[in-house]
Amino acid sequence: MNINLTLVVQMLVFIVLIWFTMKFVWPMILGPMEERSRKIAAGLTAAAKSEKDLGEAETRAKEIIREARDKATQIIDQAGKRSNEMIDEAKGTASAEAQRLVAQAHEDAALESTRAREGLRREVGKLAVDGAARLLGREIDPKTHAELLDSLAAEISNG
Amino acid sequence: MAVEQPTTANEYILHHLTFLSNKEPHGVLDFSVIHLDSVFFSVVLAVVFGGSFYLAARTATAGVPGKFQNFVELVVEFIDTQVKDSFHGTNKLLAPLALTIFCWVFLFNAMDVLPVDLLPALAHGAGIGHLKVVPSTDLNVTFAMALTVFVLIIYYSIKCKGLGGFLAELTLQPFTAKNPVVKTLLVPANLLLEIVPLLARPISLSLRLYGNLFAGEMIFLLLATLTLHGVEQLSTFGGWFFLTMQFLLSFVWAVFHLLVITLQAFIFMVLTVVYLAMAQEHH
Repeated sequence: MNINLTLVVQMLVFIVLIWFTMKFVWPMILGPMEERSRKIAAGLTAAAKSEKDLGEAETRAKEIIREARDKATQIIDQAGKRSNEMIDEAKGTASAEAQRLVAQAHEDAALESTRAREGLRREVGKLAVDGAARLLGREIDPKTHAELLDSLAAEISNG
Repeated sequence: MAVEQPTTANEYILHHLTFLSNKEPHGVLDFSVIHLDSVFFSVVLAVVFGGSFYLAARTATAGVPGKFQNFVELVVEFIDTQVKDSFHGTNKLLAPLALTIFCWVFLFNAMDVLPVDLLPALAHGAGIGHLKVVPSTDLNVTFAMALTVFVLIIYYSIKCKGLGGFLAELTLQPFTAKNPVVKTLLVPANLLLEIVPLLARPISLSLRLYGNLFAGEMIFLLLATLTLHGVEQLSTFGGWFFLTMQFLLSFVWAVFHLLVITLQAFIFMVLTVVYLAMAQEHH
Protein backbone atom coordinates (compact mmCIF):
# COMPACT_ATOMS: atom_id res chain seq x y z
CA MET A 1 0.00 0.00 0.00
CA ASN A 2 1.34 3.37 -0.93
CA ILE A 3 0.04 6.85 -1.53
CA ASN A 4 0.32 7.88 -5.15
CA LEU A 5 -1.16 9.82 -8.05
CA THR A 6 -4.47 7.97 -7.57
CA LEU A 7 -5.08 10.27 -4.60
CA VAL A 8 -4.91 13.41 -6.75
CA VAL A 9 -6.97 11.94 -9.57
CA GLN A 10 -9.60 10.72 -7.10
CA MET A 11 -9.82 14.16 -5.51
CA LEU A 12 -10.46 15.68 -8.93
CA VAL A 13 -13.09 13.05 -9.77
CA PHE A 14 -14.72 13.60 -6.39
CA ILE A 15 -14.81 17.39 -6.82
CA VAL A 16 -16.27 17.10 -10.31
CA LEU A 17 -18.89 14.64 -9.04
CA ILE A 18 -19.85 16.96 -6.16
CA TRP A 19 -20.13 19.87 -8.58
CA PHE A 20 -22.27 17.79 -10.93
CA THR A 21 -24.59 16.66 -8.12
CA MET A 22 -24.86 20.20 -6.82
CA LYS A 23 -25.62 21.70 -10.23
CA PHE A 24 -27.67 19.11 -12.08
CA VAL A 25 -29.04 16.59 -9.60
CA TRP A 26 -29.90 17.97 -6.19
CA PRO A 27 -31.95 21.06 -7.07
CA MET A 28 -33.79 19.29 -9.89
CA ILE A 29 -34.95 16.53 -7.56
CA LEU A 30 -35.62 18.60 -4.46
CA GLY A 31 -37.44 21.33 -6.43
CA PRO A 32 -40.26 19.09 -7.69
CA MET A 33 -40.44 17.41 -4.27
CA GLU A 34 -40.97 20.74 -2.55
CA GLU A 35 -43.45 21.82 -5.20
CA ARG A 36 -45.37 18.60 -4.72
CA SER A 37 -45.50 19.03 -0.96
CA ARG A 38 -46.73 22.60 -1.51
CA LYS A 39 -49.41 21.28 -3.88
CA ILE A 40 -50.49 18.64 -1.41
CA ALA A 41 -50.67 21.20 1.38
CA ALA A 42 -52.74 23.51 -0.82
CA GLY A 43 -54.97 20.59 -1.81
CA LEU A 44 -55.57 19.64 1.80
CA THR A 45 -56.38 23.23 2.71
CA ALA A 46 -58.78 23.46 -0.22
CA ALA A 47 -60.40 20.17 0.76
CA ALA A 48 -60.90 21.37 4.33
CA LYS A 49 -62.30 24.66 3.09
CA SER A 50 -64.70 23.02 0.64
CA GLU A 51 -65.85 20.66 3.37
CA LYS A 52 -66.61 23.66 5.54
CA ASP A 53 -68.34 25.39 2.60
CA LEU A 54 -70.40 22.27 1.96
CA GLY A 55 -71.53 22.26 5.59
CA GLU A 56 -72.50 25.91 5.36
CA ALA A 57 -74.30 25.36 2.07
CA GLU A 58 -76.22 22.45 3.55
CA THR A 59 -77.27 24.56 6.51
CA ARG A 60 -78.32 27.36 4.19
CA ALA A 61 -80.21 24.95 1.94
CA LYS A 62 -82.08 23.55 4.94
CA GLU A 63 -82.90 27.08 6.02
CA ILE A 64 -84.22 27.94 2.55
CA ILE A 65 -86.28 24.76 2.38
CA ARG A 66 -87.77 25.49 5.79
CA GLU A 67 -88.60 29.05 4.76
CA ALA A 68 -90.15 27.84 1.51
CA ARG A 69 -92.25 25.31 3.38
CA ASP A 70 -93.43 27.99 5.81
CA LYS A 71 -94.26 30.30 2.95
CA ALA A 72 -96.12 27.55 1.10
CA THR A 73 -98.18 26.79 4.21
CA GLN A 74 -98.90 30.47 4.60
CA ILE A 75 -99.93 30.78 0.94
CA ILE A 76 -102.20 27.74 1.20
CA ASP A 77 -103.78 29.21 4.32
CA GLN A 78 -104.29 32.54 2.62
CA ALA A 79 -105.72 30.87 -0.46
CA GLY A 80 -108.14 28.87 1.68
CA LYS A 81 -109.20 31.95 3.53
CA ARG A 82 -109.56 33.89 0.32
CA SER A 83 -111.64 31.18 -1.34
CA ASN A 84 -113.95 31.05 1.66
CA GLU A 85 -114.27 34.80 1.49
CA MET A 86 -115.02 34.64 -2.21
CA ILE A 87 -117.62 31.95 -1.69
CA ASP A 88 -119.24 33.97 1.08
CA GLU A 89 -119.12 37.08 -1.08
CA ALA A 90 -120.63 35.25 -4.01
CA LYS A 91 -123.33 33.83 -1.77
CA GLY A 92 -124.08 37.34 -0.44
CA THR A 93 -124.19 38.82 -3.93
CA ALA A 94 -126.36 36.02 -5.23
CA SER A 95 -128.93 36.28 -2.41
CA ALA A 96 -129.02 40.07 -2.73
CA GLU A 97 -129.60 39.70 -6.46
CA ALA A 98 -132.30 37.15 -5.84
CA GLN A 99 -134.02 39.45 -3.38
CA ARG A 100 -133.70 42.29 -5.79
CA LEU A 101 -135.21 40.20 -8.60
CA VAL A 102 -138.02 39.07 -6.35
CA ALA A 103 -138.70 42.64 -5.30
CA GLN A 104 -138.60 43.74 -8.92
CA ALA A 105 -141.02 41.00 -9.86
CA HIS A 106 -143.35 42.02 -7.04
CA GLU A 107 -143.15 45.63 -8.13
CA ASP A 108 -143.80 44.71 -11.75
CA ALA A 109 -146.71 42.56 -10.78
CA ALA A 110 -148.14 45.34 -8.64
CA LEU A 111 -147.65 47.85 -11.41
CA GLU A 112 -149.24 45.53 -13.90
CA SER A 113 -152.23 44.90 -11.67
CA THR A 114 -152.68 48.64 -11.04
CA ARG A 115 -152.48 49.25 -14.75
CA ALA A 116 -154.99 46.51 -15.46
CA ARG A 117 -157.29 47.85 -12.78
CA GLU A 118 -157.03 51.36 -14.25
CA GLY A 119 -157.83 50.01 -17.70
CA LEU A 120 -160.75 48.05 -16.36
CA ARG A 121 -162.05 51.06 -14.47
CA ARG A 122 -161.78 53.19 -17.55
CA GLU A 123 -163.52 50.52 -19.53
CA VAL A 124 -166.23 50.19 -16.89
CA GLY A 125 -166.64 54.01 -16.72
CA LYS A 126 -166.96 54.14 -20.46
CA LEU A 127 -169.42 51.29 -20.42
CA ALA A 128 -171.34 53.05 -17.65
CA VAL A 129 -171.39 56.31 -19.53
CA ASP A 130 -172.44 54.50 -22.72
CA GLY A 131 -175.11 52.68 -20.80
CA ALA A 132 -176.33 55.82 -19.13
CA ALA A 133 -176.33 57.66 -22.47
CA ARG A 134 -178.35 54.86 -24.03
CA LEU A 135 -180.72 54.96 -21.11
CA LEU A 136 -181.05 58.69 -21.23
CA GLY A 137 -181.19 58.71 -24.95
CA ARG A 138 -178.92 61.45 -25.41
CA GLU A 139 -175.36 62.20 -25.59
CA ILE A 140 -173.58 62.76 -22.38
CA ASP A 141 -170.82 65.18 -22.68
CA PRO A 142 -167.84 63.60 -20.90
CA LYS A 143 -166.51 67.05 -20.08
CA THR A 144 -169.56 68.31 -18.30
CA HIS A 145 -169.96 65.11 -16.41
CA ALA A 146 -166.36 64.54 -15.72
CA GLU A 147 -166.78 64.94 -12.01
CA LEU A 148 -169.56 62.44 -11.90
CA LEU A 149 -167.65 59.99 -14.08
CA ASP A 150 -164.53 60.25 -12.03
CA SER A 151 -166.33 59.58 -8.77
CA LEU A 152 -168.00 56.66 -10.46
CA ALA A 153 -164.71 55.30 -11.71
CA ALA A 154 -163.23 55.72 -8.22
CA GLU A 155 -166.12 53.87 -6.76
CA ILE A 156 -165.64 51.01 -9.21
CA SER A 157 -161.93 50.79 -8.64
CA ASN A 158 -162.37 50.84 -4.93
CA GLY A 159 -165.28 48.47 -5.08
CA MET B 1 1.63 -7.76 -17.48
CA ALA B 2 0.84 -11.39 -17.85
CA VAL B 3 0.90 -12.93 -14.41
CA GLU B 4 0.85 -16.67 -13.88
CA GLN B 5 -2.17 -17.98 -11.95
CA PRO B 6 -1.44 -18.31 -8.21
CA THR B 7 -1.29 -21.80 -6.73
CA THR B 8 -0.90 -21.31 -2.96
CA ALA B 9 -3.23 -19.44 -0.64
CA ASN B 10 -0.52 -16.90 0.08
CA GLU B 11 0.06 -16.21 -3.59
CA TYR B 12 -3.67 -16.08 -4.24
CA ILE B 13 -4.28 -13.44 -1.59
CA LEU B 14 -1.26 -11.36 -2.56
CA HIS B 15 -2.36 -11.54 -6.15
CA HIS B 16 -5.77 -10.18 -5.19
CA LEU B 17 -4.29 -7.41 -3.09
CA THR B 18 -2.14 -6.08 -5.92
CA PHE B 19 -3.45 -3.07 -7.79
CA LEU B 20 -3.38 -2.72 -11.52
CA SER B 21 -0.83 0.09 -11.73
CA ASN B 22 1.34 1.57 -14.43
CA LYS B 23 4.52 0.54 -12.62
CA GLU B 24 5.93 -0.77 -9.39
CA PRO B 25 5.80 1.82 -6.58
CA HIS B 26 8.96 2.88 -4.78
CA GLY B 27 8.44 3.93 -1.18
CA VAL B 28 5.26 5.00 0.57
CA LEU B 29 4.79 8.14 -1.49
CA ASP B 30 5.27 7.83 -5.20
CA PHE B 31 3.28 10.20 -7.37
CA SER B 32 4.41 8.65 -10.61
CA VAL B 33 2.30 5.59 -9.85
CA ILE B 34 -1.41 5.41 -10.51
CA HIS B 35 -3.88 2.65 -9.69
CA LEU B 36 -5.70 2.20 -12.97
CA ASP B 37 -8.28 -0.20 -11.53
CA SER B 38 -9.31 2.12 -8.68
CA VAL B 39 -9.61 5.10 -11.00
CA PHE B 40 -11.47 3.08 -13.62
CA PHE B 41 -14.04 1.61 -11.25
CA SER B 42 -14.57 4.82 -9.29
CA VAL B 43 -15.15 6.77 -12.51
CA VAL B 44 -17.53 4.08 -13.79
CA LEU B 45 -19.44 4.17 -10.51
CA ALA B 46 -19.45 7.97 -10.57
CA VAL B 47 -21.02 7.80 -14.01
CA VAL B 48 -23.52 5.20 -12.77
CA PHE B 49 -24.53 7.42 -9.84
CA GLY B 50 -24.39 10.74 -11.68
CA GLY B 51 -26.05 9.39 -14.81
CA SER B 52 -28.93 7.60 -13.13
CA PHE B 53 -29.65 10.47 -10.76
CA TYR B 54 -29.33 12.99 -13.57
CA LEU B 55 -31.86 11.04 -15.65
CA ALA B 56 -34.21 10.94 -12.67
CA ALA B 57 -33.68 14.66 -12.05
CA ARG B 58 -34.29 15.58 -15.67
CA THR B 59 -37.62 13.79 -15.83
CA ALA B 60 -38.67 14.63 -12.26
CA THR B 61 -42.15 16.08 -11.98
CA ALA B 62 -44.13 17.50 -9.12
CA GLY B 63 -46.99 15.24 -10.20
CA VAL B 64 -47.21 11.52 -9.54
CA PRO B 65 -43.62 10.22 -9.51
CA GLY B 66 -42.51 7.09 -11.33
CA LYS B 67 -40.84 4.17 -9.59
CA PHE B 68 -37.29 5.31 -10.22
CA GLN B 69 -38.08 8.91 -9.31
CA ASN B 70 -39.62 7.55 -6.14
CA PHE B 71 -36.44 5.69 -5.27
CA VAL B 72 -34.25 8.71 -6.00
CA GLU B 73 -36.53 10.93 -3.95
CA LEU B 74 -36.34 8.45 -1.10
CA VAL B 75 -32.54 8.71 -1.08
CA VAL B 76 -32.59 12.50 -1.49
CA GLU B 77 -35.10 12.95 1.30
CA PHE B 78 -33.11 10.65 3.58
CA ILE B 79 -29.94 12.70 2.98
CA ASP B 80 -31.85 15.97 3.31
CA THR B 81 -33.23 14.90 6.70
CA GLN B 82 -29.76 13.89 7.90
CA VAL B 83 -28.26 17.20 6.81
CA LYS B 84 -31.07 19.28 8.31
CA ASP B 85 -30.77 17.40 11.60
CA SER B 86 -27.09 18.29 11.92
CA PHE B 87 -26.86 21.68 10.27
CA HIS B 88 -29.30 24.53 10.68
CA GLY B 89 -27.77 27.16 8.43
CA THR B 90 -28.11 27.47 4.69
CA ASN B 91 -25.46 25.87 2.55
CA LYS B 92 -25.96 24.93 -1.07
CA LEU B 93 -23.01 22.55 -1.03
CA LEU B 94 -23.55 20.44 2.05
CA ALA B 95 -26.58 18.37 1.04
CA PRO B 96 -25.39 17.56 -2.51
CA LEU B 97 -21.99 16.71 -1.03
CA ALA B 98 -23.62 14.34 1.43
CA LEU B 99 -25.67 12.74 -1.35
CA THR B 100 -22.56 12.30 -3.49
CA ILE B 101 -20.58 10.73 -0.67
CA PHE B 102 -23.35 8.38 0.41
CA CYS B 103 -24.18 7.08 -3.06
CA TRP B 104 -20.62 6.93 -4.34
CA VAL B 105 -19.22 5.19 -1.29
CA PHE B 106 -22.18 2.83 -1.25
CA LEU B 107 -21.48 1.87 -4.86
CA PHE B 108 -17.76 1.43 -4.07
CA ASN B 109 -18.63 -0.87 -1.21
CA ALA B 110 -21.28 -2.72 -3.19
CA MET B 111 -18.53 -3.92 -5.54
CA ASP B 112 -17.32 -5.97 -2.60
CA VAL B 113 -20.41 -8.21 -2.74
CA LEU B 114 -19.55 -9.32 -6.27
CA PRO B 115 -17.77 -12.68 -6.23
CA VAL B 116 -14.10 -11.93 -5.56
CA ASP B 117 -12.88 -13.71 -8.64
CA LEU B 118 -15.56 -12.68 -11.13
CA LEU B 119 -14.13 -9.47 -12.56
CA PRO B 120 -10.44 -10.37 -12.02
CA ALA B 121 -11.02 -13.64 -13.91
CA LEU B 122 -12.69 -11.77 -16.77
CA ALA B 123 -9.80 -9.29 -16.77
CA HIS B 124 -7.33 -12.16 -16.78
CA GLY B 125 -9.09 -13.50 -19.84
CA ALA B 126 -8.54 -10.09 -21.44
CA GLY B 127 -4.85 -10.18 -20.56
CA ILE B 128 -4.94 -8.01 -17.44
CA GLY B 129 -3.04 -9.61 -14.61
CA HIS B 130 -4.22 -7.73 -11.55
CA LEU B 131 -7.55 -6.12 -10.79
CA LYS B 132 -8.94 -4.75 -7.56
CA VAL B 133 -12.60 -4.01 -8.10
CA VAL B 134 -13.50 -2.35 -4.79
CA PRO B 135 -12.29 1.27 -4.88
CA SER B 136 -12.88 1.74 -1.15
CA THR B 137 -10.22 -0.88 -0.41
CA ASP B 138 -7.73 1.56 -1.89
CA LEU B 139 -6.45 3.98 0.74
CA ASN B 140 -5.80 6.53 -2.03
CA VAL B 141 -9.52 6.62 -2.85
CA THR B 142 -10.80 6.96 0.70
CA PHE B 143 -8.06 9.42 1.61
CA ALA B 144 -8.82 11.51 -1.47
CA MET B 145 -12.40 11.92 -0.30
CA ALA B 146 -11.39 12.59 3.30
CA LEU B 147 -8.80 15.13 2.18
CA THR B 148 -11.35 16.95 0.05
CA VAL B 149 -13.66 17.05 3.05
CA PHE B 150 -10.77 18.33 5.18
CA VAL B 151 -10.08 21.13 2.71
CA LEU B 152 -13.78 22.03 2.85
CA ILE B 153 -13.66 22.03 6.67
CA ILE B 154 -10.75 24.49 6.63
CA TYR B 155 -12.43 26.59 3.90
CA TYR B 156 -15.76 26.90 5.72
CA SER B 157 -14.08 27.48 9.09
CA ILE B 158 -12.18 30.46 7.67
CA LYS B 159 -15.16 31.65 5.63
CA CYS B 160 -17.60 31.61 8.55
CA LYS B 161 -15.33 32.63 11.42
CA GLY B 162 -12.63 34.59 9.63
CA LEU B 163 -8.99 33.59 9.70
CA GLY B 164 -8.62 35.18 13.15
CA GLY B 165 -11.66 33.39 14.49
CA PHE B 166 -10.44 30.08 13.16
CA LEU B 167 -6.97 30.55 14.64
CA ALA B 168 -8.46 31.71 17.92
CA GLU B 169 -10.54 28.56 18.04
CA LEU B 170 -7.37 26.54 17.56
CA THR B 171 -5.24 28.39 20.11
CA LEU B 172 -7.43 30.01 22.79
CA GLN B 173 -9.42 26.99 23.98
CA PRO B 174 -10.09 24.72 25.80
CA PHE B 175 -7.73 26.42 28.34
CA THR B 176 -8.58 30.08 28.78
CA ALA B 177 -7.19 32.84 30.97
CA LYS B 178 -7.89 36.50 31.58
CA ASN B 179 -4.23 37.44 31.90
CA PRO B 180 -2.72 38.01 28.40
CA VAL B 181 0.62 36.53 29.42
CA VAL B 182 -0.93 33.33 30.75
CA LYS B 183 -3.10 33.26 27.66
CA THR B 184 -0.02 33.33 25.45
CA LEU B 185 1.60 30.62 27.52
CA LEU B 186 -1.45 28.43 27.06
CA VAL B 187 -1.36 28.71 23.26
CA PRO B 188 0.95 25.72 22.59
CA ALA B 189 -1.11 23.41 24.81
CA ASN B 190 -4.34 24.56 23.20
CA LEU B 191 -2.90 24.25 19.73
CA LEU B 192 -1.82 20.70 20.42
CA LEU B 193 -5.22 19.75 21.84
CA GLU B 194 -7.10 21.31 18.94
CA ILE B 195 -4.89 20.42 16.01
CA VAL B 196 -4.79 16.72 16.81
CA PRO B 197 -8.59 16.21 16.55
CA LEU B 198 -8.67 18.43 13.48
CA LEU B 199 -6.04 16.36 11.69
CA ALA B 200 -7.51 13.15 13.04
CA ARG B 201 -10.78 13.81 11.21
CA PRO B 202 -9.67 13.10 7.63
CA ILE B 203 -7.42 10.28 8.78
CA SER B 204 -10.11 8.55 10.81
CA LEU B 205 -12.67 9.11 8.04
CA SER B 206 -10.51 7.49 5.41
CA LEU B 207 -9.03 4.73 7.57
CA ARG B 208 -12.40 3.67 8.96
CA LEU B 209 -13.85 3.12 5.51
CA TYR B 210 -10.68 1.59 4.12
CA GLY B 211 -10.22 -0.70 7.13
CA ASN B 212 -13.77 -2.01 7.13
CA LEU B 213 -13.86 -2.73 3.44
CA PHE B 214 -10.35 -4.12 3.33
CA ALA B 215 -11.22 -6.50 6.15
CA GLY B 216 -14.45 -7.47 4.44
CA GLU B 217 -12.67 -8.21 1.21
CA MET B 218 -10.01 -10.17 3.10
CA ILE B 219 -12.68 -12.45 4.59
CA PHE B 220 -14.03 -13.18 1.11
CA LEU B 221 -10.50 -13.89 -0.11
CA LEU B 222 -9.82 -16.24 2.81
CA LEU B 223 -13.07 -18.09 2.14
CA ALA B 224 -12.12 -18.30 -1.52
CA THR B 225 -8.86 -20.07 -0.63
CA LEU B 226 -10.98 -23.04 0.54
CA THR B 227 -11.51 -23.98 -3.09
CA LEU B 228 -8.21 -22.95 -4.50
CA HIS B 229 -7.57 -26.14 -6.43
CA GLY B 230 -10.54 -25.95 -8.74
CA VAL B 231 -12.20 -28.98 -10.25
CA GLU B 232 -9.60 -31.49 -9.07
CA GLN B 233 -10.60 -31.09 -5.42
CA LEU B 234 -14.07 -32.40 -6.23
CA SER B 235 -12.58 -35.87 -6.31
CA THR B 236 -12.22 -35.98 -2.51
CA PHE B 237 -14.76 -35.75 0.28
CA GLY B 238 -12.76 -32.94 1.89
CA GLY B 239 -12.93 -31.00 -1.35
CA TRP B 240 -16.72 -31.18 -1.39
CA PHE B 241 -16.81 -30.21 2.28
CA PHE B 242 -14.66 -27.13 1.65
CA LEU B 243 -16.78 -26.20 -1.36
CA THR B 244 -19.94 -26.36 0.73
CA MET B 245 -18.30 -24.41 3.54
CA GLN B 246 -17.13 -21.74 1.17
CA PHE B 247 -20.59 -21.38 -0.30
CA LEU B 248 -22.33 -21.17 3.07
CA LEU B 249 -19.82 -18.90 4.77
CA SER B 250 -19.52 -16.57 1.78
CA PHE B 251 -23.29 -16.30 1.67
CA VAL B 252 -23.52 -15.49 5.39
CA TRP B 253 -20.67 -13.02 5.15
CA ALA B 254 -22.18 -11.36 2.06
CA VAL B 255 -25.51 -10.89 3.85
CA PHE B 256 -23.74 -9.44 6.87
CA HIS B 257 -21.60 -7.36 4.57
CA LEU B 258 -24.70 -5.72 3.10
CA LEU B 259 -25.11 -4.08 6.49
CA VAL B 260 -21.45 -3.10 6.65
CA ILE B 261 -21.32 -1.46 3.24
CA THR B 262 -24.45 0.59 3.91
CA LEU B 263 -23.35 1.50 7.39
CA GLN B 264 -19.88 2.59 6.27
CA ALA B 265 -21.33 4.77 3.51
CA PHE B 266 -23.74 6.25 6.02
CA ILE B 267 -21.02 6.90 8.62
CA PHE B 268 -18.75 8.61 6.10
CA MET B 269 -21.65 10.81 4.98
CA VAL B 270 -22.89 11.70 8.48
CA LEU B 271 -19.43 12.47 9.83
CA THR B 272 -18.71 14.72 6.85
CA VAL B 273 -21.96 16.60 7.48
CA VAL B 274 -21.21 16.89 11.19
CA TYR B 275 -17.65 18.12 10.62
CA LEU B 276 -18.77 20.70 8.08
CA ALA B 277 -21.66 21.80 10.30
CA MET B 278 -19.22 22.26 13.19
CA ALA B 279 -16.90 24.23 10.94
CA GLN B 280 -19.69 26.68 10.10
CA GLU B 281 -21.18 27.14 13.53
CA HIS B 282 -19.82 29.54 16.11
CA HIS B 283 -19.06 28.29 19.57
